[in-house]
Amino acid sequence: MILLQAVAGSTLGIMGAGFGAGLAAIGAGIGIGQIGGKAMEAISRQPEAVGDIRSNMIISAALIEGVAFFAIVICLLILFAV
Amino acid sequence: MVKKIKQWISLLLLAGVFTFSLTSAILPSSPAPTEKNEQTHSLPAEEQTSKETGHHFDAEEMIMGHVLDSYEWHLLTIKGKHISIPLPVILYSKEKGLNIFLSSKFHHGHSSYKGFRIAEEGKYAGKIVEETADGQVVRPIDLSLTKTAVALVFSVILLIWIFTSIARRYEKHRNEPPHGLQNLLEPLIIFIRDEVAKASIGEEKYEKYLPYLLTLFFFIFINNLLGLIPIFPAGANVTGNIAIPTVMALFTFALVVVSATKYFWIDIFNTPGVPWWLKFPFPLIPLIEFSSLFIKHIVLVIRLFANIVAGHIVALGFFALIFIFGEMNTLAGYGISVVTIAFTVFLTLLELLVAFIQAYVFTLLSALYIGLALEEGH
Repeated sequence: MILLQAVAGSTLGIMGAGFGAGLAAIGAGIGIGQIGGKAMEAISRQPEAVGDIRSNMIISAALIEGVAFFAIVICLLILFAV
Repeated sequence: MVKKIKQWISLLLLAGVFTFSLTSAILPSSPAPTEKNEQTHSLPAEEQTSKETGHHFDAEEMIMGHVLDSYEWHLLTIKGKHISIPLPVILYSKEKGLNIFLSSKFHHGHSSYKGFRIAEEGKYAGKIVEETADGQVVRPIDLSLTKTAVALVFSVILLIWIFTSIARRYEKHRNEPPHGLQNLLEPLIIFIRDEVAKASIGEEKYEKYLPYLLTLFFFIFINNLLGLIPIFPAGANVTGNIAIPTVMALFTFALVVVSATKYFWIDIFNTPGVPWWLKFPFPLIPLIEFSSLFIKHIVLVIRLFANIVAGHIVALGFFALIFIFGEMNTLAGYGISVVTIAFTVFLTLLELLVAFIQAYVFTLLSALYIGLALEEGH
């Protein structure tokens, strides 16, 4: 069992990288989807604030995307540098 | 007296960061660490069907060749012949001294010159190595003007030209309405001054940091935009090379550390309101706060780098689709190109938005970190 794991080391790593990237995409999707949804609600509540809400939504989306990209970079490191 | 000492320390620190970042921005004339280190021109480019030249189209090599750094600027490939601009190679080795020559001497990585060659594989794949007298393969001090460095110089010249011309116009026509280029840049400058600098740093202290924040914003924005234009001399992947966002984040970090008040350090090492048993005997909270100081700036780097590089890789992947399909069947290649062009137009518009947003977020977060460092006690 241990021998099998030792031999399958790198393929497990590659599979893990793919899995990690998928999870990162799910996380970013959920997070930014929530931001978008709440932003829509806020606009419907107060249509004249649409400018402020839109800029804040874009800033928050960029920050959360940054976290997802962090995970992507780690997966790329596994695939190409290790 | 304390102010003078602080000024000296800040000057020394900034000079140190500047020299370090200068060398570290020039020295890694080498691929970004997250991409596979491979030679960029080991095979002739495969931008035609296999019928003509018999070379299989390697999508990965095309994409990596466009995203990574290189010792020559490859423009076109016509019928298997490379058309590229050779760039100066500046090397200093302990044995052979200073060597300056054009990278055309390497013949796209196939020949060696004066004992230097571009390594094909291994730890230094894609970079210039030399064989020392005792047979070891070692890297000389590499100050070459690679593709990224030349693109950097070009964008800096562009920036200096744009901003000195509008500054001169502001000087000469002081109280007149804006004219020409001023109209384009004034909304952006006022936006950064009011929404980013004044809002984050505060009315009294923002003026000292405004030049840095404006430089940061316009540098990132112009370089992101230039990376999207495929025509020489634009089109090199400047902000997508990890060295450059690293240097900018180092500058922000240096500014934060140098301008931090006493209360900033107290908040890190002796956070008020936190129970004593989290600080002593094992300083858990101080450790977390201290590491967060570094991690915040590292995340700045990763955010900008990954956003830009991911955009380039996706766009290049779409272009590679055309050639992959074209290899199977020329008509399929033409057919898919319609879809690809539609996708790529949409993607480029999205990348325009990303270029602006990433510049804005980097500048906003830098301003926020500086503002937090400058906060006086409650």
